[in-house]
Amino acid sequence: MGPNRNISILLTVPALVVVALLFIYPLGFSLVGAFQDKAGAWTLGNFGRAWDLYRLDTAFTVVIVLVSCALIAFFSVAIGGYLTLGESRVAKAILNFVYRWPLFIPFIVAAQCMRTFIARNGMMNMTLVYFGILDLDQVQGFLDWRGIVFTFVWKQTPFVALMVAGAMAGLDRATIEAARNLGASRLRILVEIVVPQVSRTLAVGLVLSFVTMMSVLSVPLMLSGQSPSMLTVNMAWRINSVGDYGTANALGFVSYLMTGFAAWFYLRHGMRERAGR
Amino acid sequence: MSAALRWPLRAVLLGLAVFVIFGPLANLLIWSVAEAWFWPNKLPSQWGFRFWEVVFRPTGRAMESLWLSVWIALLTTAASLALSIPAGYALARGRLPWRPVVLLLFLMPQAFPSLPVYINIAQIFFAFDLNGTVPGVVLVHTVHGLVYSVWIATAAFAAIEPELEQAARNMGAGAPRTFFEVTLPLAAPGLVASAIFVFLESLDEFTGSFFVGAPEVRTLPLLLYNAAAGGNIQIASISALILLVPSVAFMLLVERFLKGEVMAKLGR
Repeated sequence: MGPNRNISILLTVPALVVVALLFIYPLGFSLVGAFQDKAGAWTLGNFGRAWDLYRLDTAFTVVIVLVSCALIAFFSVAIGGYLTLGESRVAKAILNFVYRWPLFIPFIVAAQCMRTFIARNGMMNMTLVYFGILDLDQVQGFLDWRGIVFTFVWKQTPFVALMVAGAMAGLDRATIEAARNLGASRLRILVEIVVPQVSRTLAVGLVLSFVTMMSVLSVPLMLSGQSPSMLTVNMAWRINSVGDYGTANALGFVSYLMTGFAAWFYLRHGMRERAGR
Repeated sequence: MSAALRWPLRAVLLGLAVFVIFGPLANLLIWSVAEAWFWPNKLPSQWGFRFWEVVFRPTGRAMESLWLSVWIALLTTAASLALSIPAGYALARGRLPWRPVVLLLFLMPQAFPSLPVYINIAQIFFAFDLNGTVPGVVLVHTVHGLVYSVWIATAAFAAIEPELEQAARNMGAGAPRTFFEVTLPLAAPGLVASAIFVFLESLDEFTGSFFVGAPEVRTLPLLLYNAAAGGNIQIASISALILLVPSVAFMLLVERFLKGEVMAKLGR
Protein backbone atom coordinates (compact mmCIF):
# COMPACT_ATOMS: atom_id res chain seq x y z
CA MET A 1 0.00 0.00 0.00
CA GLY A 2 0.97 3.63 -0.40
CA PRO A 3 2.91 5.44 -3.07
CA ASN A 4 6.05 3.84 -4.44
CA ARG A 5 9.56 5.21 -4.04
CA ASN A 6 9.55 7.62 -6.98
CA ILE A 7 6.12 9.06 -6.26
CA SER A 8 7.07 9.43 -2.57
CA ILE A 9 10.13 11.45 -3.52
CA LEU A 10 8.04 13.54 -5.93
CA LEU A 11 5.46 14.30 -3.23
CA THR A 12 8.11 15.40 -0.72
CA VAL A 13 10.27 17.49 -3.06
CA PRO A 14 8.16 20.70 -3.13
CA ALA A 15 8.21 21.05 0.67
CA LEU A 16 11.90 20.13 0.79
CA VAL A 17 12.73 22.74 -1.85
CA VAL A 18 10.98 25.44 0.16
CA VAL A 19 12.87 24.49 3.34
CA ALA A 20 16.14 24.29 1.41
CA LEU A 21 15.74 27.65 -0.33
CA LEU A 22 14.22 29.60 2.53
CA PHE A 23 15.94 28.02 5.50
CA ILE A 24 19.05 25.97 4.70
CA TYR A 25 20.35 28.42 2.10
CA PRO A 26 19.97 31.56 4.28
CA LEU A 27 21.38 29.58 7.20
CA GLY A 28 24.47 28.84 5.12
CA PHE A 29 24.50 32.46 4.03
CA SER A 30 24.61 33.58 7.66
CA LEU A 31 27.40 31.10 8.52
CA VAL A 32 29.54 32.25 5.59
CA GLY A 33 28.66 35.92 6.13
CA ALA A 34 30.02 35.74 9.67
CA PHE A 35 33.51 35.15 8.23
CA GLN A 36 33.44 37.66 5.37
CA ASP A 37 33.96 41.39 5.20
CA LYS A 38 31.89 43.75 3.05
CA ALA A 39 34.01 43.00 -0.03
CA GLY A 40 33.60 39.24 0.44
CA ALA A 41 37.15 38.54 1.65
CA TRP A 42 37.65 36.02 4.47
CA THR A 43 38.16 37.64 7.86
CA LEU A 44 37.71 37.23 11.58
CA GLY A 45 37.11 40.98 11.92
CA ASN A 46 33.36 40.51 12.45
CA PHE A 47 34.05 38.47 15.55
CA GLY A 48 36.57 41.07 16.72
CA ARG A 49 33.95 43.79 16.43
CA ALA A 50 31.33 41.55 18.05
CA TRP A 51 33.73 40.88 20.93
CA ASP A 52 34.57 44.58 21.38
CA LEU A 53 30.98 45.78 21.30
CA TYR A 54 28.88 42.90 22.58
CA ARG A 55 30.84 40.65 24.93
CA LEU A 56 28.88 42.03 27.87
CA ASP A 57 25.59 41.47 26.05
CA THR A 58 26.64 37.93 25.16
CA ALA A 59 27.27 37.12 28.81
CA PHE A 60 24.02 38.90 29.65
CA THR A 61 22.12 36.72 27.14
CA VAL A 62 23.61 33.53 28.59
CA VAL A 63 22.69 34.56 32.13
CA ILE A 64 19.11 35.53 31.21
CA VAL A 65 18.48 32.32 29.30
CA LEU A 66 20.06 30.06 31.93
CA VAL A 67 18.27 31.74 34.84
CA SER A 68 15.01 31.46 32.89
CA CYS A 69 15.63 27.77 32.19
CA ALA A 70 16.36 27.08 35.87
CA LEU A 71 13.14 28.82 36.94
CA ILE A 72 11.11 27.11 34.20
CA ALA A 73 12.47 23.73 35.34
CA PHE A 74 11.62 24.49 38.98
CA PHE A 75 8.07 25.67 38.31
CA SER A 76 7.22 22.95 35.80
CA VAL A 77 8.42 20.22 38.17
CA ALA A 78 6.42 21.86 40.96
CA ILE A 79 3.28 22.02 38.81
CA GLY A 80 3.70 18.53 37.37
CA GLY A 81 4.58 17.19 40.80
CA TYR A 82 1.50 18.63 42.43
CA LEU A 83 -0.74 17.36 39.63
CA THR A 84 0.72 13.87 40.12
CA LEU A 85 1.14 13.66 43.89
CA GLY A 86 -1.31 16.28 45.18
CA GLU A 87 -4.02 15.10 47.52
CA SER A 88 -6.76 17.63 46.94
CA ARG A 89 -8.85 16.99 43.85
CA VAL A 90 -10.21 20.53 43.89
CA ALA A 91 -6.77 22.16 44.10
CA LYS A 92 -5.47 19.91 41.32
CA ALA A 93 -8.41 20.80 39.07
CA ILE A 94 -7.90 24.53 39.65
CA LEU A 95 -4.15 24.30 39.00
CA ASN A 96 -4.73 22.20 35.90
CA PHE A 97 -7.10 24.80 34.51
CA VAL A 98 -4.96 27.80 35.40
CA TYR A 99 -1.39 26.89 34.56
CA ARG A 100 -1.63 26.39 30.80
CA TRP A 101 -3.11 29.76 29.82
CA PRO A 102 0.12 31.52 28.81
CA LEU A 103 0.98 28.64 26.43
CA PHE A 104 -1.10 30.04 23.61
CA ILE A 105 -0.57 33.70 24.27
CA PRO A 106 1.71 35.12 21.57
CA PHE A 107 5.10 36.42 22.74
CA ILE A 108 4.35 39.91 21.50
CA VAL A 109 1.09 39.99 23.47
CA ALA A 110 2.90 38.67 26.55
CA ALA A 111 5.49 41.42 26.13
CA GLN A 112 2.80 44.09 25.93
CA CYS A 113 1.05 42.64 29.03
CA MET A 114 4.29 42.76 31.00
CA ARG A 115 5.13 46.29 29.88
CA THR A 116 2.19 47.40 31.99
CA PHE A 117 1.96 44.66 34.64
CA ILE A 118 5.51 44.83 36.04
CA ALA A 119 6.16 48.50 35.30
CA ARG A 120 6.67 50.88 38.21
CA ASN A 121 3.02 51.91 38.10
CA GLY A 122 1.83 48.45 37.04
CA MET A 123 -0.76 46.22 38.60
CA MET A 124 1.79 44.05 40.39
CA ASN A 125 3.19 46.94 42.40
CA MET A 126 -0.24 48.45 42.95
CA THR A 127 -1.57 45.17 44.31
CA LEU A 128 1.42 44.77 46.63
CA VAL A 129 0.83 48.32 47.87
CA TYR A 130 -2.88 47.59 48.31
CA PHE A 131 -2.13 44.60 50.54
CA GLY A 132 0.40 46.67 52.48
CA ILE A 133 3.34 44.47 51.45
CA LEU A 134 5.07 47.41 49.75
CA ASP A 135 5.13 51.10 50.47
CA LEU A 136 4.26 53.46 47.63
CA ASP A 137 7.66 55.15 47.72
CA GLN A 138 9.46 51.79 47.69
CA VAL A 139 8.05 50.55 44.41
CA GLN A 140 10.35 50.02 41.47
CA GLY A 141 9.84 48.94 37.89
CA PHE A 142 11.08 45.62 36.58
CA LEU A 143 11.39 46.60 32.94
CA ASP A 144 14.96 45.38 32.56
CA TRP A 145 16.61 41.94 32.55
CA ARG A 146 14.32 40.84 35.36
CA GLY A 147 11.29 41.66 33.22
CA ILE A 148 12.70 39.60 30.35
CA VAL A 149 13.25 36.62 32.68
CA PHE A 150 9.77 37.05 34.18
CA THR A 151 8.15 37.07 30.72
CA PHE A 152 10.15 34.08 29.44
CA VAL A 153 9.32 32.04 32.55
CA TRP A 154 5.66 33.10 32.38
CA LYS A 155 5.40 32.11 28.73
CA GLN A 156 7.49 28.91 28.64
CA THR A 157 6.64 27.24 31.98
CA PRO A 158 3.23 25.96 30.78
CA PHE A 159 4.86 24.40 27.72
CA VAL A 160 7.45 22.48 29.75
CA ALA A 161 4.96 21.77 32.57
CA LEU A 162 2.52 20.24 30.09
CA MET A 163 5.23 17.89 28.81
CA VAL A 164 6.50 17.04 32.29
CA ALA A 165 3.01 16.52 33.73
CA GLY A 166 2.19 14.24 30.82
CA ALA A 167 5.31 12.16 31.40
CA MET A 168 4.58 12.00 35.15
CA ALA A 169 1.01 10.85 34.48
CA GLY A 170 2.40 7.95 32.45
CA LEU A 171 4.63 6.68 35.26
CA ASP A 172 4.07 3.43 37.04
CA ARG A 173 2.10 4.30 40.18
CA ALA A 174 3.23 1.15 42.00
CA THR A 175 6.69 2.48 42.94
CA ILE A 176 5.17 5.74 44.15
CA GLU A 177 2.60 3.91 46.26
CA ALA A 178 5.29 1.61 47.63
CA ALA A 179 7.42 4.59 48.67
CA ARG A 180 4.37 6.20 50.29
CA ASN A 181 3.66 3.03 52.25
CA LEU A 182 7.23 3.03 53.49
CA GLY A 183 6.59 6.51 54.84
CA ALA A 184 8.48 8.67 52.34
CA SER A 185 7.30 12.27 52.19
CA ARG A 186 5.78 13.53 48.95
CA LEU A 187 8.68 15.93 48.40
CA ARG A 188 11.13 13.08 48.70
CA ILE A 189 9.10 10.92 46.31
CA LEU A 190 9.05 13.79 43.83
CA VAL A 191 12.80 14.42 44.00
CA GLU A 192 14.03 10.85 44.27
CA ILE A 193 11.50 8.80 42.30
CA VAL A 194 9.42 10.96 39.96
CA VAL A 195 11.87 13.58 38.64
CA PRO A 196 14.65 11.13 37.68
CA GLN A 197 12.14 9.20 35.54
CA VAL A 198 10.95 12.28 33.63
CA SER A 199 14.33 13.98 33.33
CA ARG A 200 14.55 13.20 29.62
CA THR A 201 11.22 14.90 28.88
CA LEU A 202 12.20 17.81 31.08
CA ALA A 203 15.49 18.18 29.20
CA VAL A 204 13.72 18.18 25.81
CA GLY A 205 11.33 20.88 26.99
CA LEU A 206 14.19 22.99 28.33
CA VAL A 207 16.27 22.70 25.15
CA LEU A 208 13.26 23.70 23.03
CA SER A 209 12.62 26.62 25.38
CA PHE A 210 16.30 27.58 25.19
CA VAL A 211 16.15 27.84 21.38
CA THR A 212 12.88 29.76 21.58
CA MET A 213 14.31 32.29 24.02
CA MET A 214 17.36 32.74 21.81
CA SER A 215 15.05 33.51 18.86
CA VAL A 216 12.45 35.85 20.32
CA LEU A 217 13.01 39.48 19.42
CA SER A 218 9.81 41.10 20.63
CA VAL A 219 10.25 40.41 24.35
CA PRO A 220 13.74 41.92 24.88
CA LEU A 221 12.98 44.68 22.38
CA MET A 222 9.80 45.76 24.13
CA LEU A 223 10.81 45.16 27.74
CA SER A 224 14.34 46.46 27.81
CA GLY A 225 15.64 48.36 24.84
CA GLN A 226 18.61 49.87 26.64
CA SER A 227 22.04 48.41 27.29
CA PRO A 228 22.86 45.76 28.29
CA SER A 229 20.50 43.85 26.07
CA MET A 230 20.10 40.45 24.46
CA LEU A 231 21.90 39.34 21.28
CA THR A 232 18.63 39.35 19.33
CA VAL A 233 18.27 43.09 19.95
CA ASN A 234 21.93 43.67 19.00
CA MET A 235 21.48 41.82 15.72
CA ALA A 236 18.36 43.82 14.86
CA TRP A 237 20.28 47.02 15.68
CA ARG A 238 23.28 46.07 13.48
CA ILE A 239 20.91 45.47 10.55
CA ASN A 240 18.31 48.20 10.86
CA SER A 241 20.46 51.06 12.09
CA VAL A 242 23.98 50.34 10.88
CA GLY A 243 23.41 48.01 7.91
CA ASP A 244 26.28 45.88 9.21
CA TYR A 245 25.53 42.31 8.15
CA GLY A 246 29.00 41.03 9.03
CA THR A 247 28.78 41.72 12.76
CA ALA A 248 25.12 40.64 12.86
CA ASN A 249 26.07 37.31 11.30
CA ALA A 250 28.96 36.90 13.73
CA LEU A 251 26.48 37.40 16.59
CA GLY A 252 24.16 34.92 14.86
CA PHE A 253 27.02 32.43 14.79
CA VAL A 254 27.51 32.95 18.53
CA SER A 255 23.83 32.25 19.14
CA TYR A 256 24.04 29.05 17.03
CA LEU A 257 26.99 27.98 19.16
CA MET A 258 24.99 28.57 22.34
CA THR A 259 22.02 26.50 21.16
CA GLY A 260 24.41 23.91 19.77
CA PHE A 261 25.98 23.67 23.20
CA ALA A 262 22.54 23.25 24.80
CA ALA A 263 21.67 20.48 22.32
CA TRP A 264 25.03 18.78 22.91
CA PHE A 265 24.46 18.91 26.65
CA TYR A 266 21.07 17.28 26.18
CA LEU A 267 22.41 14.56 23.88
CA ARG A 268 25.28 13.74 26.21
CA HIS A 269 22.84 13.54 29.10
CA GLY A 270 20.64 11.19 27.04
CA MET A 271 23.61 8.97 26.12
CA ARG A 272 24.74 8.66 29.69
CA GLU A 273 21.23 7.79 30.78
CA ARG A 274 21.00 5.07 28.15
CA ALA A 275 24.46 3.76 29.04
CA GLY A 276 23.41 3.56 32.69
CA ARG A 277 20.50 1.29 31.97
CA MET B 1 2.02 19.71 58.25
CA SER B 2 -1.27 19.62 60.11
CA ALA B 3 -4.42 19.14 58.09
CA ALA B 4 -5.90 22.40 59.35
CA LEU B 5 -3.06 24.36 57.76
CA ARG B 6 -3.32 22.71 54.36
CA TRP B 7 -6.22 24.60 52.86
CA PRO B 8 -4.98 28.09 53.79
CA LEU B 9 -1.59 27.21 52.29
CA ARG B 10 -3.18 25.81 49.14
CA ALA B 11 -5.37 28.89 48.81
CA VAL B 12 -2.41 31.25 49.13
CA LEU B 13 -0.31 29.37 46.57
CA LEU B 14 -3.17 28.95 44.10
CA GLY B 15 -4.11 32.61 44.56
CA LEU B 16 -0.54 33.58 43.81
CA ALA B 17 -0.54 31.43 40.67
CA VAL B 18 -3.83 32.93 39.51
CA PHE B 19 -2.49 36.45 40.16
CA VAL B 20 0.77 35.88 38.30
CA ILE B 21 -0.94 34.20 35.33
CA PHE B 22 -4.02 36.37 34.96
CA GLY B 23 -2.68 39.64 36.41
CA PRO B 24 -0.81 40.63 33.23
CA LEU B 25 -3.91 39.84 31.14
CA ALA B 26 -6.14 41.81 33.48
CA ASN B 27 -3.76 44.75 33.31
CA LEU B 28 -3.95 44.62 29.50
CA LEU B 29 -7.73 44.52 29.62
CA ILE B 30 -7.92 47.51 31.95
CA TRP B 31 -5.53 49.57 29.82
CA SER B 32 -7.69 48.92 26.75
CA VAL B 33 -10.61 50.75 28.38
CA ALA B 34 -8.60 53.37 30.30
CA GLU B 35 -8.94 56.87 28.89
CA ALA B 36 -6.91 58.43 31.67
CA TRP B 37 -4.72 56.61 34.21
CA PHE B 38 -2.16 58.55 36.19
CA TRP B 39 0.40 57.55 38.77
CA PRO B 40 -0.19 56.65 41.58
CA ASN B 41 -3.86 55.80 41.04
CA LYS B 42 -4.55 52.10 41.37
CA LEU B 43 -7.24 52.25 38.71
CA PRO B 44 -7.94 54.56 35.76
CA SER B 45 -9.62 57.86 36.60
CA GLN B 46 -11.55 57.79 33.35
CA TRP B 47 -12.94 54.71 31.64
CA GLY B 48 -14.30 54.43 28.14
CA PHE B 49 -14.16 52.97 24.68
CA ARG B 50 -12.67 55.99 22.93
CA PHE B 51 -9.57 54.08 21.82
CA TRP B 52 -11.61 51.09 20.66
CA GLU B 53 -13.39 53.50 18.37
CA VAL B 54 -10.04 54.73 17.08
CA VAL B 55 -8.88 51.17 16.42
CA PHE B 56 -12.09 49.94 14.82
CA ARG B 57 -12.66 53.03 12.67
CA PRO B 58 -13.09 51.44 9.23
CA THR B 59 -10.50 53.75 7.68
CA GLY B 60 -8.06 53.34 10.55
CA ARG B 61 -4.65 51.74 10.27
CA ALA B 62 -5.46 49.07 12.82
CA MET B 63 -8.29 47.55 10.79
CA GLU B 64 -6.11 47.69 7.71
CA SER B 65 -3.38 45.82 9.64
CA LEU B 66 -5.86 43.28 11.00
CA TRP B 67 -7.20 42.38 7.55
CA LEU B 68 -3.70 42.29 6.12
CA SER B 69 -2.60 39.92 8.91
CA VAL B 70 -5.62 37.67 8.36
CA TRP B 71 -5.00 37.65 4.59
CA ILE B 72 -1.31 36.76 5.07
CA ALA B 73 -2.23 34.04 7.58
CA LEU B 74 -4.78 32.54 5.14
CA LEU B 75 -2.25 32.49 2.29
CA THR B 76 0.36 30.99 4.62
CA THR B 77 -2.06 28.26 5.73
CA ALA B 78 -2.96 27.43 2.13
CA ALA B 79 0.70 27.26 1.11
CA SER B 80 1.68 25.14 4.12
CA LEU B 81 -1.15 22.66 3.54
CA ALA B 82 -0.44 22.41 -0.18
CA LEU B 83 3.16 21.50 0.64
CA SER B 84 2.65 19.40 3.76
CA ILE B 85 -0.28 17.16 2.74
CA PRO B 86 1.68 15.44 -0.07
CA ALA B 87 4.89 15.42 1.99
CA GLY B 88 3.14 14.12 5.10
CA TYR B 89 1.38 11.41 3.10
CA ALA B 90 4.65 10.27 1.53
CA LEU B 91 6.43 10.33 4.89
CA ALA B 92 3.67 8.30 6.55
CA ARG B 93 2.73 5.86 3.80
CA GLY B 94 5.31 5.94 1.03
CA ARG B 95 8.65 4.24 0.64
CA LEU B 96 10.87 7.23 1.11
CA PRO B 97 14.64 6.79 1.21
CA TRP B 98 16.34 8.63 4.09
CA ARG B 99 13.01 9.11 5.84
CA PRO B 100 14.47 10.03 9.29
CA VAL B 101 16.82 12.56 7.66
CA VAL B 102 13.93 14.15 5.76
CA LEU B 103 11.84 14.42 8.93
CA LEU B 104 14.80 15.95 10.73
CA LEU B 105 15.29 18.43 7.91
CA PHE B 106 11.75 19.70 8.41
CA LEU B 107 12.51 20.13 12.10
CA MET B 108 15.60 22.27 11.47
CA PRO B 109 13.87 25.67 11.41
CA GLN B 110 12.83 24.91 15.00
CA ALA B 111 16.30 23.82 16.11
CA PHE B 112 18.19 27.00 15.23
CA PRO B 113 17.67 30.52 16.51
CA SER B 114 15.57 31.94 13.68
CA LEU B 115 16.57 35.61 13.84
CA PRO B 116 19.95 35.38 12.05
CA VAL B 117 18.25 33.31 9.35
CA TYR B 118 15.53 35.95 8.85
CA ILE B 119 18.21 38.62 8.49
CA ASN B 120 19.79 36.69 5.65
CA ILE B 121 16.45 35.85 4.02
CA ALA B 122 15.81 39.60 3.93
CA GLN B 123 19.20 40.12 2.30
CA ILE B 124 18.48 37.42 -0.31
CA PHE B 125 14.94 38.74 -0.89
CA PHE B 126 16.43 42.14 -1.61
CA ALA B 127 17.76 40.84 -4.91
CA PHE B 128 14.30 39.54 -5.87
CA ASP B 129 12.36 42.63 -4.75
CA LEU B 130 10.48 40.53 -2.23
CA ASN B 131 11.21 42.74 0.78
CA GLY B 132 8.21 44.73 1.91
CA THR B 133 5.81 42.59 -0.14
CA VAL B 134 3.02 40.27 0.94
CA PRO B 135 4.43 37.26 -0.98
CA GLY B 136 7.77 37.77 0.80
CA VAL B 137 6.14 37.70 4.22
CA VAL B 138 3.97 34.71 3.26
CA LEU B 139 7.07 32.76 2.18
CA VAL B 140 8.84 33.45 5.48
CA HIS B 141 5.76 32.45 7.50
CA THR B 142 5.30 29.31 5.39
CA VAL B 143 8.78 27.96 6.16
CA HIS B 144 8.14 28.51 9.84
CA GLY B 145 4.71 26.85 9.56
CA LEU B 146 6.02 23.81 7.67
CA VAL B 147 7.74 22.52 10.80
CA TYR B 148 4.37 22.00 12.45
CA SER B 149 2.27 21.16 9.43
CA VAL B 150 4.59 18.45 8.04
CA TRP B 151 5.01 16.75 11.40
CA ILE B 152 1.31 16.90 12.27
CA ALA B 153 0.25 15.78 8.77
CA THR B 154 2.67 12.84 8.95
CA ALA B 155 1.23 11.81 12.31
CA ALA B 156 -2.35 12.24 11.05
CA PHE B 157 -1.77 10.01 8.01
CA ALA B 158 0.20 7.45 10.00
CA ALA B 159 -2.71 7.08 12.44
CA ILE B 160 -5.07 5.78 9.73
CA GLU B 161 -5.47 2.01 9.55
CA PRO B 162 -3.96 0.80 6.24
CA GLU B 163 -6.72 -1.85 6.10
CA LEU B 164 -9.29 0.87 5.35
CA GLU B 165 -7.37 1.98 2.28
CA GLN B 166 -6.79 -1.64 1.32
CA ALA B 167 -10.55 -2.30 1.49
CA ALA B 168 -11.27 0.63 -0.83
CA ARG B 169 -8.66 -0.61 -3.27
CA ASN B 170 -10.09 -4.13 -3.15
CA MET B 171 -13.50 -2.76 -4.08
CA GLY B 172 -11.99 -1.32 -7.21
CA ALA B 173 -11.21 2.28 -6.28
CA GLY B 174 -8.05 3.68 -7.87
CA ALA B 175 -5.21 5.16 -5.84
CA PRO B 176 -6.31 8.81 -6.32
CA ARG B 177 -9.93 8.02 -5.49
CA THR B 178 -8.86 6.07 -2.38
CA PHE B 179 -6.75 9.02 -1.26
CA PHE B 180 -9.43 11.67 -1.77
CA GLU B 181 -12.42 9.66 -0.55
CA VAL B 182 -10.93 7.55 2.24
CA THR B 183 -7.53 8.74 3.42
CA LEU B 184 -7.99 12.51 3.26
CA PRO B 185 -11.35 12.61 5.11
CA LEU B 186 -9.95 10.35 7.83
CA ALA B 187 -6.89 12.57 8.26
CA ALA B 188 -8.99 15.75 8.16
CA PRO B 189 -9.21 16.41 11.94
CA GLY B 190 -5.43 16.34 12.30
CA LEU B 191 -4.94 18.42 9.19
CA VAL B 192 -7.45 21.01 10.41
CA ALA B 193 -5.62 21.22 13.73
CA SER B 194 -2.34 21.80 11.92
CA ALA B 195 -3.98 24.41 9.67
CA ILE B 196 -5.30 26.33 12.70
CA PHE B 197 -1.87 26.12 14.27
CA VAL B 198 -0.12 27.48 11.17
CA PHE B 199 -2.76 30.23 10.86
CA LEU B 200 -2.17 31.38 14.44
CA GLU B 201 1.62 31.19 14.15
CA SER B 202 1.43 33.40 11.09
CA LEU B 203 -1.05 35.81 12.69
CA ASP B 204 1.25 36.30 15.70
CA GLU B 205 4.59 36.18 13.90
CA PHE B 206 6.80 39.17 14.67
CA THR B 207 10.51 38.60 13.94
CA GLY B 208 10.25 37.51 10.30
CA SER B 209 7.72 40.23 9.46
CA PHE B 210 9.96 42.76 11.20
CA PHE B 211 12.92 42.05 8.89
CA VAL B 212 11.16 41.09 5.66
CA GLY B 213 7.87 43.00 5.76
CA ALA B 214 8.47 46.27 7.60
CA PRO B 215 7.79 49.06 7.02
CA GLU B 216 5.67 48.53 3.88
CA VAL B 217 3.78 45.43 5.07
CA ARG B 218 2.44 46.45 8.45
CA THR B 219 0.91 43.38 10.09
CA LEU B 220 -0.96 43.65 13.38
CA PRO B 221 2.03 42.54 15.51
CA LEU B 222 4.16 45.23 13.84
CA LEU B 223 1.44 47.81 14.47
CA LEU B 224 1.32 46.70 18.11
CA TYR B 225 5.09 47.12 18.38
CA ASN B 226 5.01 50.58 16.79
CA ALA B 227 2.15 51.68 19.04
CA ALA B 228 4.01 50.43 22.11
CA ALA B 229 7.29 52.04 21.03
CA GLY B 230 5.40 55.28 20.45
CA GLY B 231 4.03 55.16 23.99
CA ASN B 232 0.46 54.61 22.87
CA ILE B 233 -0.45 52.07 25.53
CA GLN B 234 -4.18 51.89 24.75
CA ILE B 235 -3.77 51.21 21.03
CA ALA B 236 -1.05 48.63 21.79
CA SER B 237 -3.27 46.95 24.41
CA ILE B 238 -6.28 46.77 22.10
CA SER B 239 -4.15 45.35 19.26
CA ALA B 240 -2.77 42.79 21.72
CA LEU B 241 -6.32 41.85 22.76
CA ILE B 242 -7.32 41.35 19.13
CA LEU B 243 -4.37 38.98 18.69
CA LEU B 244 -5.22 37.25 21.95
CA VAL B 245 -8.80 36.27 21.13
CA PRO B 246 -8.11 33.71 18.37
CA SER B 247 -5.29 32.16 20.39
CA VAL B 248 -7.38 31.64 23.51
CA ALA B 249 -10.35 30.40 21.47
CA PHE B 250 -8.02 27.87 19.86
CA MET B 251 -6.67 26.78 23.23
CA LEU B 252 -10.15 26.02 24.52
CA LEU B 253 -10.90 24.22 21.25
CA VAL B 254 -7.85 21.99 21.06
CA GLU B 255 -7.66 21.03 24.66
CA ARG B 256 -8.65 17.55 23.56
CA PHE B 257 -5.74 17.36 21.10
CA LEU B 258 -3.27 18.73 23.60
CA LYS B 259 -3.22 15.89 26.05
CA GLY B 260 -0.03 15.80 28.02
CA GLU B 261 0.55 12.18 27.02
CA VAL B 262 0.92 13.31 23.40
CA MET B 263 3.21 16.20 24.33
CA ALA B 264 5.42 13.80 26.26
CA LYS B 265 6.16 11.95 23.02
CA LEU B 266 7.76 15.05 21.50
CA GLY B 267 11.46 14.66 20.88
CA ARG B 268 11.50 10.92 21.35
